[in-house]
Amino acid sequence: MSNISPPPSMPSVLAAGPARFEGVPRIWLLFLLLAACAPWVLYPIFLMKLLCFALFACAFNLLLGYTGLLSFGHAAFFGGAAYITAHAAKVWNFPPEVAVLVGTAFAALLGVVIGALAIRRQGIYFAMTTLALAQMISFLALQLPFTGGEDGIQAVPRGMLLGVFDLEKPLVLYYVVLAVFVFGFFAVWRVVNSPFGHVLKAIRENEPRAVSLGYHTVRYKLVVFVLSAALAGLAGSVKIIVFQLASLTDITWHMSGTVVLMVLLGGVGTLAGPIVGASIIIGMEHFLAGTSFPVDVANGLLFMVCVLAFRRGIVGELAPWFQRLRRRNPGSDTSGATHG
Amino acid sequence: MLEQIGISPTQLFGQLLLGFVNGSFYAVLSLGLAVIFGLLNIINFAHGAIYMLGAFTAWLLLHWFGVGYGAALIIAPLFLAICGILFERTLLRRLYDVDHLYGLLLTLGMALVLEGTLRWLFGSSGNPYPVPEELQGVWRLGFMVLPKYRVWVGGAALTLCLVTWLAIERTRLGAWLRAATEDPMLVQNFGINVPFLVTATFALGVALAGIAGVLAAPIYQVNAMMGSNLIIIVFAVVVIGGMGSIVGSIVTGVTLGLVEGLTKVFYPPASDIVIFVIMAIVLLVKPSGLFGKDIHS
Repeated sequence: MSNISPPPSMPSVLAAGPARFEGVPRIWLLFLLLAACAPWVLYPIFLMKLLCFALFACAFNLLLGYTGLLSFGHAAFFGGAAYITAHAAKVWNFPPEVAVLVGTAFAALLGVVIGALAIRRQGIYFAMTTLALAQMISFLALQLPFTGGEDGIQAVPRGMLLGVFDLEKPLVLYYVVLAVFVFGFFAVWRVVNSPFGHVLKAIRENEPRAVSLGYHTVRYKLVVFVLSAALAGLAGSVKIIVFQLASLTDITWHMSGTVVLMVLLGGVGTLAGPIVGASIIIGMEHFLAGTSFPVDVANGLLFMVCVLAFRRGIVGELAPWFQRLRRRNPGSDTSGATHG
Repeated sequence: MLEQIGISPTQLFGQLLLGFVNGSFYAVLSLGLAVIFGLLNIINFAHGAIYMLGAFTAWLLLHWFGVGYGAALIIAPLFLAICGILFERTLLRRLYDVDHLYGLLLTLGMALVLEGTLRWLFGSSGNPYPVPEELQGVWRLGFMVLPKYRVWVGGAALTLCLVTWLAIERTRLGAWLRAATEDPMLVQNFGINVPFLVTATFALGVALAGIAGVLAAPIYQVNAMMGSNLIIIVFAVVVIGGMGSIVGSIVTGVTLGLVEGLTKVFYPPASDIVIFVIMAIVLLVKPSGLFGKDIHS
């Protein structure tokens, strides 16, 4: 037995469910099954919040994980879209699907403007630029007449989706949110696994080289920035339909920091990482709400631990472990032969 | 002439003075950021939190130990510099070999912890800090009222910038520092203790932010979140000026403070965002920043 053999607990993990880690699609089917059953076990509003933030984190990961751009201003898209959706649904009386689309379109437009400015600088300056521009948006959200200042926009109506589905019913709303999440997640997956996505990864690995291969990296960066902004906006818009409240919390730079933390904690550049990270952060927030311990401090400590101890994130650290496990078990029933 | 457009000179000069004071804070803070960035290549997100700690240290010294303003002006930055040295030696140092964005994230985490903890302990309402006796009162100049303390703060902050600039440009230690910024490996080969220089530089940047905090305590309410939005404005100042030159940081900081003050006079609602608008324009016209040398840095 070599010294890199698995700890004693591993065979039991294998026995419990070797199929779980055999192929990615099966994991996702299992996830979908769990998500579909979850509202019978957990509080639906909590689950919906989780799904919204998981989508937000997936959108952010598209930029940070697959293109290597650290945007510090994603709250502007998330919260900006939230305000627009709330206004569209409440004041303009738009049906929810149109309100969400308007919010998402706004986030995409904002993404064009902020993205076009920010990609003129790189690395640390890119992060600071997005942060500053997003701060400007959050000041606007505080001052513009339609946003309601410190109060935000309250009592946003949920309405009837497509005139058929009554979103006031928690289960209906939950499955709609789940469907939006699956759509958003599929969009990210599709982008990452497309030729376009491969160019993005090339930019992440070595931008000058991608340029020398003839790619207009600036255009790719702008397109992915807008995609990421639009998906973040979609998450923010759906959150409004769920919580019926647009507030400054969604748009300040702390929210931008939180989404960075979710992705970093779960695993930058992994598909499942943002979901894991968002679940942990939202779960922790939920738990800490019952104590007097401040959420900011917990988030800050997690940030420091992640940066210092496991920069690949939870999924990033576990993935090689599972791969090694699978490589040692080419057949599904040969777990005993690992040490051969 | 000013009256014709509905602006009193008192208001104009009052806001210009306020803008000048704000600008001198921007200058000291962006100078500290630039000095740290020059050698460590790390943007210190906790800079705003350190500024807040400077103000809080002064406030606590007064309320717990009865130590006054003058002593706080020396004790607070020293105390914070020591904390900064510990932070750099134990945590930040581990990140020099990885992407510099991780340094930004570590200091962001630190900022969240510091601000969250102080808000937890002391609440989020502001704590007033009295203006020291010698600096109370105003000078009446006819066209405006000049509070003595504001003049002192502006003057002290600019002196601080000037001294830092001289120390870096004119002393042997400063020469080492500039050389290490250009090429740390080569400087180390000449037998200069670069890791020590790095620590000293970080401590210097932290101390600058600490002094700024003490100077700010009597003007703004001492509050756990006082540095939280300020740091983002300072980031914008840094993007506008570029971190290439120390003089650039100072000039950009003061100018933007004045511009902000003028905006408050002529169109108050825009005063919060004017710096960000200027940043957007600078990015369009000269992406490397007004004093920036290299776009890829």
